[in-house]
Amino acid sequence: MISMFIKMLSYPFLQRALLVGLLVSLCASLLGTSLVMKRFSMIGDGLSHVGFAALALAYALNLAPLSVSVPVCVLAAFFLLRIRDSSKIKGDAATALMCSGALAVGVMTISLTSGMNTDVCNYMFGSILAMSRSDVVLSVVLALAVIVLYVIFYHRIFAVTFDESFAEATGINTNAYNTVIAVLTAVTVVLGMRMMGTLLISSLIVFPSLTAMRVTGNYHSTVVVSALISTVCFLAGLFFSYLYSVPTGACIVIMNMLAFFVFSLAAKRKGA
Amino acid sequence: MSLLDIQHAGFQYDGNTVLKDITFSVEEKQYLCIVGVNGSGKSTLIRGILGLKKPSEGSVAYGEGLSGSQIGYLPQQTDAQKDFPASVYEVVLSGRLNKLGRRPFYRKEDRQAADEKIELLNIGSIRNKSYQKLSGGQQQRVLLARALCAADRLIVLDEPVSGLDPAAAADFYRICRQINEGGMTIIMVSHDIQSALSQASHILYLGHSEPFFGTVEEFKNSPAGKKYLSEAAL
Repeated sequence: MISMFIKMLSYPFLQRALLVGLLVSLCASLLGTSLVMKRFSMIGDGLSHVGFAALALAYALNLAPLSVSVPVCVLAAFFLLRIRDSSKIKGDAATALMCSGALAVGVMTISLTSGMNTDVCNYMFGSILAMSRSDVVLSVVLALAVIVLYVIFYHRIFAVTFDESFAEATGINTNAYNTVIAVLTAVTVVLGMRMMGTLLISSLIVFPSLTAMRVTGNYHSTVVVSALISTVCFLAGLFFSYLYSVPTGACIVIMNMLAFFVFSLAAKRKGA
Repeated sequence: MSLLDIQHAGFQYDGNTVLKDITFSVEEKQYLCIVGVNGSGKSTLIRGILGLKKPSEGSVAYGEGLSGSQIGYLPQQTDAQKDFPASVYEVVLSGRLNKLGRRPFYRKEDRQAADEKIELLNIGSIRNKSYQKLSGGQQQRVLLARALCAADRLIVLDEPVSGLDPAAAADFYRICRQINEGGMTIIMVSHDIQSALSQASHILYLGHSEPFFGTVEEFKNSPAGKKYLSEAAL
């Protein structure tokens, strides 16, 4: 088992996947708690579909994928928040509009340029081979930035998540912090989506914190436990996908599902 | 100078006037209850008092050393809080947010202050419990402790006893009275007119007609008060 793991790490593409994947899992689980509590769980889904369209466009125009999709997703995050504040279209409807709209644009772009082929499948369900060397550097820098910003704003993010009215009354610019959360999420989604796939990335955000909440009673331990769950599930998923040559993203999601059921059962037994 | 002085203030939302010509002042150590029918603009007035909503006319002025962000606020609870994983201590500590300034983390004195308020409100035994698992009365105590962490002189409570059973409500009023006697100024928005009259020193009544401001005795003898009381008794 351990020798398999060491052998696995001798492949440069798997080293890259491991490094970026670990960091992205960490980012996603940190932000997840806030997003789930703020009823923003679907924002990851919305943003990943926009990211898909952006990636397709980037390939079509021969641009570096991250340099197009990061700004586009950040813009989409702003847009989603603005819609939430205006009452004309509700947040969940706006996310649905954005998902299918962006998906259509992406699929059109791909079919007009390269034709529908296995690439689309890679976009949708992720590919471990997607990371190039230059992507890795940018991914690591961005992921570290997300983690550092999260730690710096930890107490403010807690306050804004738990009670926006109170936070606002103490002089916190709640809109600014909601935007910070959305922007950090956008960056995380873009970084993770090529490995995890457009359709699976939001599970990385939602699962670990929901799993942690089965057993924890305070915010601090929820964040810590969900970060642990997220990284362990990622490692297990990656290893499994290597051993049995199955898709990485799906493996990681299934690991997260298993963890969720195990924790739910544990909580039930504890409660009973 | 009064702690809070509101002169002929009016508030608008999207061009619609919600409140107009509101005049009252709150002195140190007073206990003011804001009562009124639904839709009379109580929530808007609270946002005005907290400095989150600028008056479209008139003025909102704070006494020396007070600013909007130094007021301890106890808002109405939201749905999200009902399943939020947060310990009592974490919630109370977040009341020190307005003392953070530009620092990212709390200092020792912030943690001490949070523990003092926890002692004061007698919630030490549930300090590490999860907020979502508490009873309604306990939750309000926790939010009151948080408000006290944020406040030095004035706290604003928005319908704090709605949803509490009578015993828990009576308990909450008793704590508020204690805190008030300890020197804290209180502004409370309430539906519960009888309790407001028995607890508060002053009443601000917002109706569809002229607002009324005065002591509890003055309110009971005013035409607006008599009318409101007879309606409330029905």
